[in-house]
Amino acid sequence: MTQDPITLYRSMLLIRECEAQLNDLFAKNVFPGYIHSYLGQEACAVGVCSGLNDTDYVVSNHRGRGHYLAKGMALKPMMAEMLGKATGICGGRGGEMHAADPALGILGGNGIVGAGMPIGAGAALAAQMDGLGAVSVVFFGEGASNNGAFGETLNVAAAWKLPLIMVCENNLYAEMTPFVQTVGQPDVAARATGYGVASEIVDGNDVLAVRAAAGRAVDRARAGDGPTLLELKTYRWGGHFEGDPRKYRTRNEEAEWKARCPVARFRRHLLAEVGVEEDRLVTLEAAVAAEVAEAVTFALDSPLPAPETALLKVFA
Amino acid sequence: MPTKTYCWAIIDAMREEMARDDRVFLIGEDVAVAGGAFGASRGLLDAFGPMRVRDTPISEEIIVGLGVGAAMAGRRPIVEIMFIDFLGLCLDQIANQAAKTHYIYDGMFKMPLVIRMSSAVEMGIGPHHSQAWEAIVAHIPGLKVVMPSTPRDAKGLLKSAIRDDNPVIFIEHIAMHRIKEEIEDDEDFLIPIGKADVKRQGTDVTVVASGLMVARALAAAERLAVDGISVEVIDPRTISPLDFDTITASVSKTSRCLVVSSSHKNFGFGSEVAAEIGERAFFDLDQPVRRLSPPFTPAPFGRQFDQFLNPDTDAIVAAVRDLMA
Repeated sequence: MTQDPITLYRSMLLIRECEAQLNDLFAKNVFPGYIHSYLGQEACAVGVCSGLNDTDYVVSNHRGRGHYLAKGMALKPMMAEMLGKATGICGGRGGEMHAADPALGILGGNGIVGAGMPIGAGAALAAQMDGLGAVSVVFFGEGASNNGAFGETLNVAAAWKLPLIMVCENNLYAEMTPFVQTVGQPDVAARATGYGVASEIVDGNDVLAVRAAAGRAVDRARAGDGPTLLELKTYRWGGHFEGDPRKYRTRNEEAEWKARCPVARFRRHLLAEVGVEEDRLVTLEAAVAAEVAEAVTFALDSPLPAPETALLKVFA
Repeated sequence: MPTKTYCWAIIDAMREEMARDDRVFLIGEDVAVAGGAFGASRGLLDAFGPMRVRDTPISEEIIVGLGVGAAMAGRRPIVEIMFIDFLGLCLDQIANQAAKTHYIYDGMFKMPLVIRMSSAVEMGIGPHHSQAWEAIVAHIPGLKVVMPSTPRDAKGLLKSAIRDDNPVIFIEHIAMHRIKEEIEDDEDFLIPIGKADVKRQGTDVTVVASGLMVARALAAAERLAVDGISVEVIDPRTISPLDFDTITASVSKTSRCLVVSSSHKNFGFGSEVAAEIGERAFFDLDQPVRRLSPPFTPAPFGRQFDQFLNPDTDAIVAAVRDLMA
């Protein structure tokens, strides 16, 4: 949990740099699967997770690296996991859509859109039973809001006043279909009222606005006043996956959103409003780039898990 | 030893385990105030309160998902899905989440989750409340599938399931809810998951029977004994992992095997048993392994259809005589 704006910036930079490096590696075909890039959504993960404790839970999804890093997952084992290496946080068996760290309350990603919502509610139920004030946060995209699990989760969370924060990162595209084509009401948050759930619509590219809204939701949850649905309006810079030709939108639209870059925006804020010296930021940026480069080298140099380890750990 | 019904054996198992471990809780449709759609959680709300015994909305995906998430956060949930026929509504949480969490995350999370599902096979309720779907869940690695056929087995296996660190599908036959049996009065009485039970010893034919078919196989064995045919009846009790050692040892002794099940032959339980015997003990067999199952149709409404479709004692007797011919 941090109030320090430099720490927030560093966390966003770390995600930005990881995503850039992973895109490059994926283009070189050094690991299988997909890259579901988090570029452009950095303020969402950092704004929410910077207000959480290690004892709070986060349930991620297929686009999860921002959440993992913002909640504090160690960089090297996370990077190695993305490449499926034996040194990965899951020994390389989870891969790009699955990483977790129980000690930090990170309850995994998911390859099934929407499946994390009931799981997050379950963690919130456990937190409620424990009575220690922990909260559970589920990150999901607006596309997942059209899955049945969304309604089931909001309803149970409201009925039982679960300490659950449902964070919808509305990046406008449900996989490769514009979200607006799939709904009669483009504001996901508008559905909360029908379930008796508190909600807010927030500029998802403004890390401080996200942080403030998430703080209100966390306070509500810790006080026993139940769940909140936060809709963070943002934009996915990349395709659904890297290599997606993005036929469903224009390059102009992408350029407009990139001009609203959450990282550059917060950098300007630090310079103009907080009075941070630019030299300090340049030094920080170089340090983060070096840290990520070192993690990439670590991941590339790490061995793949032995094939026969596939037979292990089917059962506890 | 006290005599208990199958239904009370289930209640006792949950009550004892909830008293033993405060991480254990129960959620599901109608489990709290109503005491269970079939009465299988009577008294638990009063004993443990509304924090640990909760009625859910009719939302099967989140019922299981709440269990998955709570288990990842350190609890030991029991979740009830009223009929196994509702499996489709929660299969993602079972097959992709509960079954794989320990595996995907390299053992960082345990998944001590019990999913109780009632089977209403042969109760005439119609096509959405009468299916034997144990083979569907048994196909998924990472799940244990338990299907007791007696009150004693139900209690001992449910207690083992609750203490297990893996997801267990516990299939309860409501047609057997009222049968009674003496059960040890011991809070640590357990029946191990994955261990078949030889319900009757015999030397001529092995009958592997599961669920409702166990009692019928025993009745058939009684009748055949009059004619000097000695039938060994094996109840696997656990569908997955299946105790092939016990089954193979019996078949190697008798040289003949009949598998009787309420589930379909097609890609099913009987096929699995027959194939494994073929691989392990083919040269011990005097006859091909036979399977008795309902035909490959849905079950219409009404008991006359159930009686027509499902193997009865007469059919088991006839099949054993065929094997002996």
